[in-house]
Amino acid sequence: MEQNPYIPITMKLIKNLCETEDKLVNTFTLAFLNKEDEENFKYMPGQFAELSAYGHGEAPFGIATSPTEPGIIKFSVAKVGCVSNALHLMEEGTMVGVRGPMGNYYPLEKFKGKNLVIIGGGFAFTTLRSMAVYMLDEKHRADYGDITVIYGARNPGLLLYKEELAEWETNPNINLITTIDKPAEGWNKHVGFIPTIVGEVAPSAVDTYAVVCGPPVMIKYTLPVLEKLGFTPEQIYTSLEMRMKCGLGICGRCNIGPKYVCKDGPVFSMAELKELPSEY
Amino acid sequence: MKISKEKFGQSFDALAAEYQVIAPVRDAGGVSYKAVKKFSEVKQDYLNSKLPPKSFFFPQHEKLLSYKKEGKDVTVKNELNVEKTILFGIRPCDAKGFLLLDKVFKNDQYRDPYYFERRDNTIVIGVACHKIAPTCFCSSLGLSPASSAGSDIFLIDLGDSYQIEAISDNGKFLMAGLEGLEELSTEEQTLVDTIKSAETTSKVDVSTITTKLDKMFDNPYWDTLHEKCLSCNACSFSCPTCHCFDISEEVLKNEGSRVRTWDGCMAPLFTLHGSGHNPRDQKKSRWRQRMLHKFNYFVHNNGDIACVGCGRCIKNCPVNLDIRQTIDGVNKAELVVD
Repeated sequence: MEQNPYIPITMKLIKNLCETEDKLVNTFTLAFLNKEDEENFKYMPGQFAELSAYGHGEAPFGIATSPTEPGIIKFSVAKVGCVSNALHLMEEGTMVGVRGPMGNYYPLEKFKGKNLVIIGGGFAFTTLRSMAVYMLDEKHRADYGDITVIYGARNPGLLLYKEELAEWETNPNINLITTIDKPAEGWNKHVGFIPTIVGEVAPSAVDTYAVVCGPPVMIKYTLPVLEKLGFTPEQIYTSLEMRMKCGLGICGRCNIGPKYVCKDGPVFSMAELKELPSEY
Repeated sequence: MKISKEKFGQSFDALAAEYQVIAPVRDAGGVSYKAVKKFSEVKQDYLNSKLPPKSFFFPQHEKLLSYKKEGKDVTVKNELNVEKTILFGIRPCDAKGFLLLDKVFKNDQYRDPYYFERRDNTIVIGVACHKIAPTCFCSSLGLSPASSAGSDIFLIDLGDSYQIEAISDNGKFLMAGLEGLEELSTEEQTLVDTIKSAETTSKVDVSTITTKLDKMFDNPYWDTLHEKCLSCNACSFSCPTCHCFDISEEVLKNEGSRVRTWDGCMAPLFTLHGSGHNPRDQKKSRWRQRMLHKFNYFVHNNGDIACVGCGRCIKNCPVNLDIRQTIDGVNKAELVVD
């Protein structure tokens, strides 16, 4: 029988971890219940899934794990609405529904042989983490040049994946730059907004792609900095958010012009976005 | 070929035992499509139904799945149940609407099983329009009051009989079981030709609208157009090609179902993000979306304009917004040069 894209698979919430000091972002670790489900859930960094909290509804979230991490998938989710609140309050061991993977992904084939500058702000770091982990995997690391991650949050307590960031600090395969908006006690790394820090770090645009995810205002002020460094719109990628329901390009709400963010995105190059109306 | 209404009625009544038969009937709201058992219940003389028959493939409210929670466990059940159906008395505009919806519910990556299970199990019997409403403008959209596109069997009412034509293989299959088919007389053939050559009196020009709209996203034309709109979505709900929907849950203690319901782009909440950001928070942008979707985005994605000229949005709009005037307005709008 034809697969019904509206029926989620059932997965078990094995860890519900509070990520941030403000207690607004949790990371959910979900385990596949059987091999078959896992094999049918073949995904790439940048894709998302519809996560169901039965009794509350479902909502789309970017997948924070990389396909190189078998057995589980993770989502880091801010508590903003009905579904995310229910998920935050959910006891470990509870069964949830997952539909996906959905959408396109970061063009990792195109990135091969190139340097990568990964720029993230706040809790928009989830699929960027997926991509970084994917590229750092020993099977893939040789495919890419230098990997620079510039990641910022308002204060140290709001950075996601703190243990992993600490590991990346000393990992010679990745150049991590973290920044916070204002000086804070015990913080000896960069201080300043992402656009400023990107300007200071000044990554070369030669043979390099930049991937930028974060709040709209961060993206707005980072793009001119990248442009000044010589990045063309074809060299800059981002991932968009939209209100979504079906995730299949049918329900009609996530369009930007003729493109549906759920099906044709969420990953777009700036060159692609320039062709679309500015309605996002 | 033709068939007398008496003979047709007998076959209709026999088929109603085997299929769920939906046909136009008179009710408090005007004319609606409803399940019938006898041909005598069918309303013969009507302009069109108040709401489009898209609901028989894409119900206004339908269960996608049901679930039951026990402790931390959950069992999920697919709620896709479909009956073999005949849709009788569908007007050409609505039959064309089905062909357009087919393009929405199946795209390059997905196929909607709820829609297509129904679609694949339904035979559409279209009937040509005898009367044409002042709000009808299908002739401007590649249709006519007697076009058979989207019907499996197409009928033209000749008084005591129907001219009958099988359009699809499903139609041929059903027609093969009909008894009492006769040849048309010369007079009847003349009548059929007259009906087939009829056109709507109201017309619009959509010949260049798609390419014009390519350049009109930022045009000041949209600035005032929307002002009297109440954002009520009557236009979307009564449109045979509007397909937007919401997915939500209906919950009772530990059991519930996931349902989809019609939604529409005129509602401000339609695009509201969890963060509070809303890409189409202005009525202006929602009106523009409606027009661009029908006459531009849909054409780019599916090669066809998503309007069939049925005129329901004109009839049902509480503030008399008229899509024909909007189309004229687009045609006349001056392009802004950067």
